[in-house]
Amino acid sequence: MTASMFGVWALKAVILIVILLTGFAYATYYERRAIARIQARIGPNRAGPWGLLQPVADGVKLIFKEEFIPAKADRVLFTLAPILVAVPAFMLGAVVPWGGEVPFFGRTVHLYLADVDVATLYIMAVGSLAVYGIVLAGWSSNNKYSLLGGLRSAAQMISYELAMGLALVGPILLAGSMSLVKIVEAQKSIWYIVYQPLAFVIFVITAFAEINRPPFDLPEGEQELTGGYHTEYGGMRFALFYMGEYIKVVVMSALIAALFLGGYNGPGVEAFPWLGPVYMFVKILVLVFFAIWTRATLPRLRYDRLMAFGWKVLFPLALLNVFLTAIGIVVLGG
Amino acid sequence: MSIDLLIFLGLALVAVGAALGMLFSRNTVYAVLFLVLVMLVLAVLYLILGAPFLALAQVTVYTGAIMVLFLFAVMVLGPQKLAEGEGPISWQRPWAFGLTALFLVEVVYAFAARVGGLGKLTCATAAAGSPAAIGKVLFNQYLLPFEVTSVLLLVAAVGAVVLTRE
Repeated sequence: MTASMFGVWALKAVILIVILLTGFAYATYYERRAIARIQARIGPNRAGPWGLLQPVADGVKLIFKEEFIPAKADRVLFTLAPILVAVPAFMLGAVVPWGGEVPFFGRTVHLYLADVDVATLYIMAVGSLAVYGIVLAGWSSNNKYSLLGGLRSAAQMISYELAMGLALVGPILLAGSMSLVKIVEAQKSIWYIVYQPLAFVIFVITAFAEINRPPFDLPEGEQELTGGYHTEYGGMRFALFYMGEYIKVVVMSALIAALFLGGYNGPGVEAFPWLGPVYMFVKILVLVFFAIWTRATLPRLRYDRLMAFGWKVLFPLALLNVFLTAIGIVVLGG
Repeated sequence: MSIDLLIFLGLALVAVGAALGMLFSRNTVYAVLFLVLVMLVLAVLYLILGAPFLALAQVTVYTGAIMVLFLFAVMVLGPQKLAEGEGPISWQRPWAFGLTALFLVEVVYAFAARVGGLGKLTCATAAAGSPAAIGKVLFNQYLLPFEVTSVLLLVAAVGAVVLTRE
């Protein structure tokens, strides 16, 4: 590895982090405004034009809040837990193909950080790490509601991860590769949602469960758990949990777009490569809206039904989908 | 000394330190976390050896699933700090020391009685660690052990279901 390569890499990583942080800030704004419209309210509109400076105001407020640690809490893990939630969310962004090869001041630049040939497995591996942050936040707070929230999170993650991994197998089999860039390239003519509608539905549901989005936000459950794992948190530590959640919403939307909706492909991308990230942005915007819409529409599931749904419905369906896809590829010759 | 060796030494230090931390930690939650760290360092070691598939499978299976269940079990049962010098099973300590001593003697004997060197270790090529290569080996050369393992795991899963029904 040469120094210039390393420099390009570092620069791309910094740009990606800045973009994801902006995405986080405006995803909260987007959600508050969209939910307000759905509920026939107006939403935040005081700070700046159309309330566009609201995320900045929230950020400043959270920074100046007191960093409070409960007396009987485990200080080390209490501090570590929010970091463990936020960091994997950023790491997921590294393998997402945000665009193809684009010309940039006379050089060709890839609009992704890394094209690893095990990208889909990387998503499973890194995505599963965030649960430690939630579980440890629940335990270290020394609060029974927090602990229950953490336990729920662990059980839920285990139950939905299997179905998620199996849903990923469909696109992998069709593209013949575990690399996300190759999967996107293979969707130039037809999006995989056409071949893999079942895998698409399962992946979207399990992705919501993995991020603890409603209707799968049982670890928070404010009615019965008063906020669950983050009951005892305040200030920037509390914000880090939300950072993890909203960045994951953005990144998971990007992954759904890349796996099933053709990624950065679209009309005219061949001639104008810079259209790629624009298409990606539009697809992410639509998918994030879908996540917000679901939250505004569906009530939270009951805990035993959540587990039963994961194990008795999603998991067998995902297995069936893998089975049928494999047979289809063998019979039809791919 | 090459950079690879330096990186390996650093990682090995972390791995051994975390393993010792797991053994000697009096708090079960910290013990589980130390074990998680050991698993993560093992994954990085696989990555250095040019086996990304194995590395990420290691993280997904051990860190992502098995250790989460460990943590879950520890929290359900209530993590207790063991007081110094007392354990629920006191006869274990002399046995542990005796068996460890026996093991060390065996290791030393094996090294002393060995004829010749360890043999040359060859580094795997980059292609050997790719998912396609692993799949080919797993489903051709090791098909029977693979299928036997899957049946064994199925039996274990069915057994767990049967046990909870009673």
